[in-house]
Amino acid sequence: MLRKTKLLFLLFLFLFVYKNVFAKKEYPVPYPPLSPGIFPCMNCHEGLERNKKKRALKEMHQNIKIENHGDRWCYDCHDERNLDRLKLSNGEYVKFQESYRLCGQCHGNVYNDWQKGIHGKRIGNWKGEKQYLLCVHCHDPHSPRFKAMKPEPAPVRPDKATTH
Amino acid sequence: MIDFKEKFVNRRKLIKLFATGVAAALAPFAAKESDAKIDWEEYFQKHFKLMTKEEKEKLVKRLEQKYKEKYKKEFKVKISDAMQNVEFGYALNLSKCIGCRRCVYACVKENNLSRKPQIQYIRVLRMKNGEFDVEKSEHYYEPALVPEPGYFYFPVQCQQCKKAPCVKACPIKATWTEPDGIVVVDYNWCIGCKYCMSACPYFGRRFNRGEPVIPENEINTTVHYLGNRPRPMNVVEKCTFCIQRSREGKYPACLEACPVGARKFGNLLDPEDEIRQVIDNKRVFIFKQDLNTIPRFYYFFHD
Repeated sequence: MLRKTKLLFLLFLFLFVYKNVFAKKEYPVPYPPLSPGIFPCMNCHEGLERNKKKRALKEMHQNIKIENHGDRWCYDCHDERNLDRLKLSNGEYVKFQESYRLCGQCHGNVYNDWQKGIHGKRIGNWKGEKQYLLCVHCHDPHSPRFKAMKPEPAPVRPDKATTH
Repeated sequence: MIDFKEKFVNRRKLIKLFATGVAAALAPFAAKESDAKIDWEEYFQKHFKLMTKEEKEKLVKRLEQKYKEKYKKEFKVKISDAMQNVEFGYALNLSKCIGCRRCVYACVKENNLSRKPQIQYIRVLRMKNGEFDVEKSEHYYEPALVPEPGYFYFPVQCQQCKKAPCVKACPIKATWTEPDGIVVVDYNWCIGCKYCMSACPYFGRRFNRGEPVIPENEINTTVHYLGNRPRPMNVVEKCTFCIQRSREGKYPACLEACPVGARKFGNLLDPEDEIRQVIDNKRVFIFKQDLNTIPRFYYFFHD
């Protein structure tokens, strides 16, 4: 009897510790903005040889150019064995939905602010359910600098406005 | 000796009789009999704050009918009160803003703002880097692409001040601060004197010079009495942090439209809220601090 209670207690203790220490916090994020029809990657890449050489891509993914993102190449972030997932520098694998953890490896301060809601964009409810947009919803991971965009029209000047 | 009381009562009766006569005479000019009745009831409507619950419900029904006849659409007019323990605050990251004016047009659409004459609640000022001079700022900028090098952008809208000069200026108390910090206008009570506009140091209020024109397919039919319901001509209107959205727990429209995530909104009384995270952790400033209006709208620079 006592043994059973002890076991039960240990189990609860383990669950408590696991929940508070080991389990990582998940954030309510929408589906990542992958190009349509591109996922799962392994549909095409299965059996293909991985070319680690830095080069301009010619046959596929011509639109991907690494700009303003240091000295990066595909397998710094994508797992070379299974391209449907990403790889952290410590060898841990993460899904595309959790790509913020990958970005957070270098951009720690921004990741911190993103968790608090200071950096980044959230949509939905200020009170209640909301979605935290992923880093990649706004920043193209291959070329993260913001692109200039066309502004909406300026307001009408009062001298040119007609009342009726 | 003259009986003043009797004379007063008589005069009252006379005025009433006269008014009824005028209404009867004007009735043929109104398109429908129900229109005349609606106008009549609107003319003698009480101040919104002094209304009982029943009167407010009657008012909602009347407005819904009025808008249905005018815009040929079913409207939902809300009169929801402020939530308990909520004070709204807004923060804007000036390092992020690129001056694209997406917020301006999202606001126009959400709040049923007049397209012609044009009314916009948000004005985006363009300033030179290293300078913070409103006098030298430009808000008619129209380059091919934004952001332009050498400039930063400074969007200004109603600052929902704690000591709102506009509220003090109103001679008839048609504008007031709600318990959740939103400064609202009773558009049926406003006489359009524009004193509040002169009092506001932020250009936070706009005047309806003409009959508001809203494209038929862009009318937002989910409206709040104190917020985005179609305004009549000759009243002053203003940003209400999208009261019809924020009182339901939603983010304002301008925030959701921002492509760079520069806008933050939430409850100032909740330490876990993102607005408090900004204020507690970043260096924020308020616009025209020296005027002691104490805005609930904060600006910050942060990458």
